[in-house]
Amino acid sequence: MSTAVARAPQITGRPVPGAEKEVLSQLSAAFGSKLKTAKVVRERLVEIVIDRSDLVPVCTFLKNSLGFEHLSCVTAVDWKDHFESIYHIENYATGCMVQVNAQIPYDDPKIATLTGLWHAADFLEREMWDLMGVEYTGHPNLTRILLPEDFRFHPLRKDFAQEVDRQYITRRKLRGGK
Amino acid sequence: MPEFWINMGPQHPMTHGLWNMKVKVDGETVTDAKPEIGYLHRGYEKIMEVREFQKNVVLTDRLCYVSSITWSHAYCLAVEKMMGIETPERGQWIRVVSLELQRVASHLMWLAAYGPDLGLLTGLLWALRERELFLDLIQLMSGARMNQNYPRVGGVRNDLPDNFEAMCRRSIEHFLEKVDNEYQRVFQESKVFRMRTEGVGRISAADAINWGVTGPNLRACGVDVDLRRLDPYETYEEIDFEPQVWHDGGAGDSYARFICRFNELRESCQIILQALEKMPKSGPYRVKAPRRAEGEGYAKTEDSRGEALFYVIGDGDDRPYRVKIRSPVFCTMAATPLMLRGNKLADSVAILGSVDVCVGEMDK
Repeated sequence: MSTAVARAPQITGRPVPGAEKEVLSQLSAAFGSKLKTAKVVRERLVEIVIDRSDLVPVCTFLKNSLGFEHLSCVTAVDWKDHFESIYHIENYATGCMVQVNAQIPYDDPKIATLTGLWHAADFLEREMWDLMGVEYTGHPNLTRILLPEDFRFHPLRKDFAQEVDRQYITRRKLRGGK
Repeated sequence: MPEFWINMGPQHPMTHGLWNMKVKVDGETVTDAKPEIGYLHRGYEKIMEVREFQKNVVLTDRLCYVSSITWSHAYCLAVEKMMGIETPERGQWIRVVSLELQRVASHLMWLAAYGPDLGLLTGLLWALRERELFLDLIQLMSGARMNQNYPRVGGVRNDLPDNFEAMCRRSIEHFLEKVDNEYQRVFQESKVFRMRTEGVGRISAADAINWGVTGPNLRACGVDVDLRRLDPYETYEEIDFEPQVWHDGGAGDSYARFICRFNELRESCQIILQALEKMPKSGPYRVKAPRRAEGEGYAKTEDSRGEALFYVIGDGDDRPYRVKIRSPVFCTMAATPLMLRGNKLADSVAILGSVDVCVGEMDK
């Protein structure tokens, strides 16, 4: 908390050009081969892919050393053979965003919680547990948030069928196309 | 008397929608609070997976009926980033105009709801009266007052009508006069209004950042973060405007949040006037978007209530594989217990009204 206060005057509300390259080089220097992929996607956006075991060290480094104070979004994606938990973390001083993709095996959908770093992770992780069924271990209150408590499914998974799987059938499909 | 829980909601005049705020009171003082949400969950992220990219705009309109265009615009922007296309310049300027018109309409709806929260029914009538001016402009532009379905992947649906600029100037001139005289007096300069809002619902800047509070609520804490300037999208880079940040003492209370939104009304009007002047007078306003796309794209925009983020993944089909909606109100709701604790129960309405809750986008 105190670090955020000390850094607050530096927030100028304007983007800092070239910040994404700086972040990428710092991350590569600190974690090296643990980053499966690390690239600058576009201006002010860095994307890294890591294993779930490296999530907490990477995020602690991002928050405490690089000043990424704002956890914007937590997304879980069902890739059918594995899950991915995606974090969008933002630096208010430079306007730079880091997208951290943490990979999770399908048969053991668990990943460490980030509530110790950002309180914002509380609701965001609860929502993803509710809808996708990824368990955030260590979360203080991992209960359903949007769906009723007695609901037994995680509806955003791909094996949870919709009532109408394909709402609209395109003309191309009727002709036998994809 | 021992502490006990009170349910404020789901049916309560304070809630402006359908959600439940459980507050724990010790006499008159709130000692704890627990938001209960999900009453309006419609499963948007799942439904969007079976609809084509363009058809999802109809859904994103209904995320928040008060500010539909800003939400569909954020979605379109994310899909465009994924497809790698860019809107033509005139299309971007038209989008800026529509976004700011919608922002004024949304803030006026909030003002109209916040007035009666504090017993100020005049505020409701006046704000809704002036909101009609902006809904009329939006209707001229898109054909509908609400749920406009106006942004398209790759641009906007139609060009501006012929006399739009003159109509805009006339309405805004009239509106700014009302703001400076009537609104200013009935809200900002009213002693009763200030007594109700000053010093209640305080949250520190460090807490607000850590809990993910964004938008006007964060700027009220004195943090100069406006995504229109910090991470410019469309043509905001070329517009000269000043994000409304609370710089004085006593930051982060209900009054600061009110002032930030209230001043944004004026600022947005200035942006509209600038955009109308700077936009090219003719040219294409839309590009054809590919039918199917592969890859991922994200866009974050400054919604009326904070940071709206869309993250879209395509797998080569003509509909998204996964859509993630980051709703600003959802994250702000997590921080409301901090604002409520230690305040009087009667002030909780003044606090919760000032954060501008929209249940549609919160519950998705």
